[in-house]
Amino acid sequence: MPSLLAAAHLDVAQNVAFGFLAASMAVAAIRVVTTKNIVHAALYLVVVLAGVAGIYLLLAAEFTAVVQIIVYIGAIVVLFLFGIMLTRAPLGRTANLDNNQRPLALAVALFLLGLLVYVLVDAFHSAHVDALHRPLRVGTTALVGNAIFQTYVVPFEAVSVLLLAALVGAVVIARRD
Amino acid sequence: MTAALHLAYWQTTTIKVLVVMGVIPLGALVLAYVFLLKMMSHMQSRLGPMEAGPHGVLQLLADAGKFLQKEDVFPERADRAVFALAPVVVLMSAFLLYVVIPAGPRLTVSNLDTGVFFALAVSSLSVLGVLMAGWSSANKYSLIGALRAAGQLIAYELPLVLGVVGVVIQAGTMSLQGIVQAQAHGALLGFKTLGEPYILPQALGFVLFIVGAQAELTQTPFDMPLAETELVAGYMVEYTGFRFLFFFMAEFGTAFAFAAIGATLFLGGWYVPGVHGTAADVLGPFVLGAKIMLVSFFIFWFRFTYPRFREDQLQAVAWKYLIPLALVNILVTGLLKVVV
Repeated sequence: MPSLLAAAHLDVAQNVAFGFLAASMAVAAIRVVTTKNIVHAALYLVVVLAGVAGIYLLLAAEFTAVVQIIVYIGAIVVLFLFGIMLTRAPLGRTANLDNNQRPLALAVALFLLGLLVYVLVDAFHSAHVDALHRPLRVGTTALVGNAIFQTYVVPFEAVSVLLLAALVGAVVIARRD
Repeated sequence: MTAALHLAYWQTTTIKVLVVMGVIPLGALVLAYVFLLKMMSHMQSRLGPMEAGPHGVLQLLADAGKFLQKEDVFPERADRAVFALAPVVVLMSAFLLYVVIPAGPRLTVSNLDTGVFFALAVSSLSVLGVLMAGWSSANKYSLIGALRAAGQLIAYELPLVLGVVGVVIQAGTMSLQGIVQAQAHGALLGFKTLGEPYILPQALGFVLFIVGAQAELTQTPFDMPLAETELVAGYMVEYTGFRFLFFFMAEFGTAFAFAAIGATLFLGGWYVPGVHGTAADVLGPFVLGAKIMLVSFFIFWFRFTYPRFREDQLQAVAWKYLIPLALVNILVTGLLKVVV
């Protein structure tokens, strides 16, 4: 019976690293929603996102890990913090960070968890990444580049145009003159 | 190789970590002494510190000793955990930069496939530390400095990254080791013996890189975040003792790393024509060191020459001039790569 975590196929160091990353991500993710300070929440989010980058590294997806760092930590969280600090950034505890939609949030979270677990198990239950015996290190960036600009060039261009349109839209909304 | 030394993975890793931990303070000391204390003084017709050691060489060690003895002060209303963590984040970003910089054919911590992209990604982590420092100090000057720093670092990351893309296209790889090899084996106008330092075909890229690096390092034409006449010392204002030393070391350690990346991308890194194999491993660090000093000379020369930009000028330079120029550079390089 194939194990869901595929632990038997990986070496010890990878298992230890995965366990450490997963545990710290779980703790940090809980702290994101329970902390009483909005800046702390953003900083705990950094830990979660860095953990994701670490897991990409364990899966030999070096390029994706670097993109994760530069986009999510270097840009998105910095933008969060920038926005928070530009408007209000109280030190210490803030009382009114919560609202009364906890049951709804719980339902959505459980639904998403169920959906993701079902899809992942259904699609990959018999596959595993054999990073130890078939290292993917060499040329992964080249593989990503070739895939984007050969196989998936049309979707890539469509996404680019979409992002450009969103960018122009944001500028138009922001400028009221 | 008769008596080849075989070390286990953990042994080589330990050695590499120790070397990087030694290079950062050493590089910071060299840059701060040679350029900040001496070159600036002589350019401005004064002596600078002269008392500690011959020609004042020990001045920075004395300064470091002073900082280490100081009391570890926290502002009364500061967020202590974040305040303590912020300099560590900035210093960590400087450390990670050194992972990909090659000092010889085999002298590199890790020859990552993503090379220069990795370096730019980890350098963007320092913004996080700056924002943490500015916010947790509970001081409005700190907060304004941190916000200025974030706005500036985000704006100038783009010309920096886009300026490097030209080199990546021409070399056909993002690995810094690969870029050095591409320059070593390149032929400039069919003239093969000297290789092809990319500062010649990518002169525009080099200018973009230096300007972007200058802004990322918050060196003077771009020192709005620290503007001492307006903000005292920006996000660092509440820091003292060894925590301030962390910021200081990170600033000059990052300058050293950026100069090393610039030297690697545009000046051929550790390569000198005619030296190969083990000899290149021995000579490499010295060659790279000389090129680093050359690039840092430019960075500090600009620092001591130009007055500070205003905030709107600063943003206009990045968005209206540097980024369009970088895009043109990418377009032309791409076209030439396909045509030639």
